[in-house]
Amino acid sequence: MNPWLHRFAVLTALATLVLVGIGGLVTSHGAGMAVPDWPNSYGYNMFTFPVSMWVGGILYEHSHRLAGSVVGFLTLVLALWLNGRPAAKWLRWGSVVVLALGLAASTSAKVKLDNVLFLVGTGGAGFAISFFWPQIEPISQRLARFGLLALVLVIVQGVLGGLRVTALADWLGIFHGTLAQCFLVLVCAIALVTSGWWARLKAGPQPVPVPAKLRNFLLVTTLLILGQLALGASMRHQHAGLAVPDFPLAHGKVWPVADAASLEAYNAARNDHREFKPITAGQIHLHMAHRVGALIVFGHVLGCLLKLRRTVGGAHPLARGAAGWFALICLQFGLGVWTVWSNKAADIATLHVIVGAASLVTGALLTLLAATVWNGHSRAAPVVQEHPPLAPAAGL
Amino acid sequence: MKSLILTLTAVAIVAGTASAGDVTGKITLKGTPAPEKEIPVDPTCGKLQAGKKVMTRFYVADSTGGLADCVVYLEGAKGGAAAAAPVVIDQKGCEYLPYINSAQVNQPIRVLNSDPLMHNVHPTPAMDGNKEQNKAQMAGGAPLEFTFAKAEKFLRFKCDVHPWMFSYVSVFDHGFHAVSGKDGSFKIAGVPDGKYKLVVEHRKGGKVEKDIEVKGGAKADLDMAAK
Repeated sequence: MNPWLHRFAVLTALATLVLVGIGGLVTSHGAGMAVPDWPNSYGYNMFTFPVSMWVGGILYEHSHRLAGSVVGFLTLVLALWLNGRPAAKWLRWGSVVVLALGLAASTSAKVKLDNVLFLVGTGGAGFAISFFWPQIEPISQRLARFGLLALVLVIVQGVLGGLRVTALADWLGIFHGTLAQCFLVLVCAIALVTSGWWARLKAGPQPVPVPAKLRNFLLVTTLLILGQLALGASMRHQHAGLAVPDFPLAHGKVWPVADAASLEAYNAARNDHREFKPITAGQIHLHMAHRVGALIVFGHVLGCLLKLRRTVGGAHPLARGAAGWFALICLQFGLGVWTVWSNKAADIATLHVIVGAASLVTGALLTLLAATVWNGHSRAAPVVQEHPPLAPAAGL
Repeated sequence: MKSLILTLTAVAIVAGTASAGDVTGKITLKGTPAPEKEIPVDPTCGKLQAGKKVMTRFYVADSTGGLADCVVYLEGAKGGAAAAAPVVIDQKGCEYLPYINSAQVNQPIRVLNSDPLMHNVHPTPAMDGNKEQNKAQMAGGAPLEFTFAKAEKFLRFKCDVHPWMFSYVSVFDHGFHAVSGKDGSFKIAGVPDGKYKLVVEHRKGGKVEKDIEVKGGAKADLDMAAK
């Protein structure tokens, strides 16, 4: 295994986590629409947008776009690297298309020079690079496909983010926020699978296997976290602030009243300078579903930890990982409460997003390890090898 | 001479049967609302305010209790003079001025930028048929115009660059509406004689109503309780 490929995958994963965090800042500061156009920024190519204009909400939104571009570029490189020599041809032809687009744009008076130069420059650079990189054979067929999937996802994610702005569609933001979490999981999984630790685990002696029932429980718990993050994204993209401003009670009750008269009273009592949209009964129910979901996730992660300790022992790497997972969930629970008590302060709400993403990734990687390394099946020969010849589809 | 007599007779008949007048009055705030909050504006906008604190504008009342920014209208009214002049909202010192406005459907709402910095103007209607838009407006940029085809109360305009900037426009499908001034007074002009329900709506205070009869005009004072 090429350690630099693994390091690059880790870099991509970290950049993605940073990107998720900046995305959290964008919604926490209500800045998602601070740059009304896309892919340009106030008419500029996003890479030539003057720093002096990065003010107020623009700072968050424009930074998010630039960070997204960085992650997109890293993912492109990662996908090409994982696909090896055959990908050089895609890079070459893709670059020719970009170059042709740039040249065509140069004939239009509507396209600004910075956009033309950007297209011609990137197309030309990609075309030149394609003659000497990548030259290695694909790491494995399956990893190559995952690299391609990551590339497709990051493109879809970028387009979703852009359409959310240009189509003024809040609901697209929910998919944008949720897909970001799925993409992060995929990139982290690639980083794990390309590591030397993974290869050693696959090749090493079989420790105590994780029973199938428990593997399924890990998977269900991880999916519950994903559902919980999707609920959170739905709440953030309502742009209505806190639908329930108190905790542990909810509008002073165990379960809040959401009739018309109560809603009028709740909205009249909101004196926040951010002047959120009026809250609705649906938003209150969504908020309460997120609270109930938090309890369910907490119970499930605790269940995973206890079951793992009982079945494979506390010293097992999975059990130790689950202990870290449970610690993350406790932290996440606390941040959720703090988000309410702080009236959704932007920094706290953003930390809540980041730790939520980390919780999902931890669950997903533990599930992956349980399903592929400690599954109790007979050990196959390690698939991830140093520059192996192109092999038929094999396990990770 | 014959046609002149006929014309004068017709004018006299119309004037005698279709009299109209102004509905005037004052809105008074009762009770003490929660204190306004200081808005944490960014340093650039702070400089434009020359050291003045920027506060929320939930309840703006004068020393006599006259409550500004109430939308006053005749419920269910029809007609009224078509509004030709646009409603003008300015962005000054990173605030929308005025904060509360009223307009007729399809009446132009013109947004100016008097600030030496850029804003985005982002109306967020809730009514189907009224289009959400988001437009950039550079420093010294040309005015932006918006129109809305459907009646809607407190249609929100916001700036996402400066997330504390808001203005609201109540859009009506008739011409009998007004917004109370700094002293709480209001005037709805040219109301035909008849019986009406006068409604006062405040963004925080809610709604109060009063039945009125217009005979060449009417006067109605109302109280709005702080919430």
